[in-house]
Amino acid sequence: MIKPILVFGYGNLSRGDDALGPLLLEHIEGHCCLDDIELLNDFQLQIEHALDLENRALVLFIDASVACEDAFDFALLEPARDKSYTTHAMSPAAVLAVYQSIKNQAPPPCFLLSIKAEKLELGEGLSAQASGNLELACAFAMQLLKKPDLKTWQKQINQPS
Amino acid sequence: MYEHLETAKNQENLKRVVVDPVSRVEGHGKVTLLLDADNKVQQARLHIVEFRGFERFIQGRPYWELPVLVQRLCGICPVSHHLAAAKAIDQLVGVDPENLPVSADKLRRLLHFGQVLQSHALHFFHLSSPDLLFGFESDISKRSIIAVLAAYPDLGLQGVKLRKYGQEVIRMVSGKRIHGTSAIPGGVNKSLTKAERDYLLEDIDQMIAWSSASVTLIKKVHCSNLPYYDDFATIRTNYLGLTKPDGGLELYHGGLRAKNAEGETIMDHVDYGQYNDYIHEEVRSWTYMKFPYLLSMGKENGWYRVGPLARINNCDSINTPLAEAARVDFKAHSKEAMVHSTLAFHWARLIEILHCAESIKLLLNDPDIMGHDLVTQGEKRFEGVGVIEAPRGTLFHHYQVDENDIVTKANLIVSTTSNNMAMNESVRQVAAEYLSGRELTEPLLNNLEVAIRAYDPCLSCATHAMGKMPLQLELIDVEGKLIDKLVKHSSGHIERLAND
Repeated sequence: MIKPILVFGYGNLSRGDDALGPLLLEHIEGHCCLDDIELLNDFQLQIEHALDLENRALVLFIDASVACEDAFDFALLEPARDKSYTTHAMSPAAVLAVYQSIKNQAPPPCFLLSIKAEKLELGEGLSAQASGNLELACAFAMQLLKKPDLKTWQKQINQPS
Repeated sequence: MYEHLETAKNQENLKRVVVDPVSRVEGHGKVTLLLDADNKVQQARLHIVEFRGFERFIQGRPYWELPVLVQRLCGICPVSHHLAAAKAIDQLVGVDPENLPVSADKLRRLLHFGQVLQSHALHFFHLSSPDLLFGFESDISKRSIIAVLAAYPDLGLQGVKLRKYGQEVIRMVSGKRIHGTSAIPGGVNKSLTKAERDYLLEDIDQMIAWSSASVTLIKKVHCSNLPYYDDFATIRTNYLGLTKPDGGLELYHGGLRAKNAEGETIMDHVDYGQYNDYIHEEVRSWTYMKFPYLLSMGKENGWYRVGPLARINNCDSINTPLAEAARVDFKAHSKEAMVHSTLAFHWARLIEILHCAESIKLLLNDPDIMGHDLVTQGEKRFEGVGVIEAPRGTLFHHYQVDENDIVTKANLIVSTTSNNMAMNESVRQVAAEYLSGRELTEPLLNNLEVAIRAYDPCLSCATHAMGKMPLQLELIDVEGKLIDKLVKHSSGHIERLAND
């Protein structure tokens, strides 16, 4: 049975602040009822992750971001042709575009919770600033998951800390 | 060869072009070109910003942590590091490969076939098919998986599902999508249940059919413009990889074999535990990447290629029928004993996808994968070497431990390092034969990236720092004045800031 809510945190636990996504997942796992929520963790996004969006009511991607201006940022995602072919990793918007291409339908409502990262070096732990950002993002995510419906989440867009 | 383009004379009189970063490769790489007043290429180099912190990351840890820990070295091929480390650690607990329980050996092989299948599927369908289907100099907006899905929906979907299937094999064998603990010192920690086996069997015939069709497609693409495909970025090299005792293709465990450009054997059935006696690494002043070479051939002539092309060139046969037929067909297209075309990496890669799919089916029908004799132990040793054929080529893990089981020394040779010299030579070939004397444009420069991408390099950086990967191309004249500038922003938007 596919659970209606997918929370997908991605990043590498051993690369400093890149661990923010997986660490937030760990927090949710320990503090949230998971009857309707599936938690998914991977190093980075790839084409096959489009198939994980099937039959979901709401999807929350969680990622570390050095481009984030505030402690965290919450945004609605739209499918986008990803012209920037950066590395093997894809952007969440590109994953949505893959879904749209292979399913011939719009993806479920997807949101991105970006948490501000500072350092992404192999073997490093979480930076002090990222640790504080994670705490704020955890509180925000718990609030989202307490009431997982589209309208409530839409109201939270662009309300950074 | 094109070694004369490694270092130009009178560099102060040359224009400098930088392609930074090279896209659709894992991690960070850049190409620099030095041009004279007539746009003739005088120097071409691929710089790979390789992180040499692997060893530091591993040293000081207890050895039993390594099979999980090393997966975090690379977000693209964690299973390859997991298995290479496990093979090295088997030796630390006194277990040689031939003494591993049969079920454990087969489950590790199943895991490895799943990994190679999903990695090759990602590379061909996602990273390379845009170039191969739309052309190397096509509009940049076409060169992505989204464009492939739009123009070739069936092919695009097959790529997604092949990749997904490989991931499902990994999940079933290791119990998790990532951070799995399948391989443990001396064996594996679980076998497949009948339900897991049946789940994977449901789709395997479809995967074989799609893999077979992909071989047909790449042959058609390659042979439709044979002179070009056989010439582009092509270099004559030595080849290194593992083979079975009978010389057959081997991805998990075998002896080291090297052949030269004429197909003559340089070494064969070498115990990889002695790799230090056969392979050395050279350091050059302009890059942090090392340049491995075969000691018997010397620094100048001993460099080699690894990966799918090397493996298909080196082996005498493949033990699955469809892949073997494809191998014979592949070799027949060349008039030489060895296929040197760099773009033939794609063809060889898809032959391996087919071999993996066939091998997965064979293993799924083998009752040993549901066996319960999974772990063995021997007498402790203080040194272990593990080598496998990772998707991109031969991967070496070498550890030494102390009395307290703490790793005191680690050495890794990853396949991208082995291909370092070859990628540089391919870049120089393309620069000399296709770019020299022409006005440089982004589509033209994509030719350089096509040459590099054929190797599927993994540049050891698994982070995905969004917003940090712009591409900037500058053309500076002999007086140092900027005369042309192309900027690709992280959004994908391209801006030309020319002649300002």
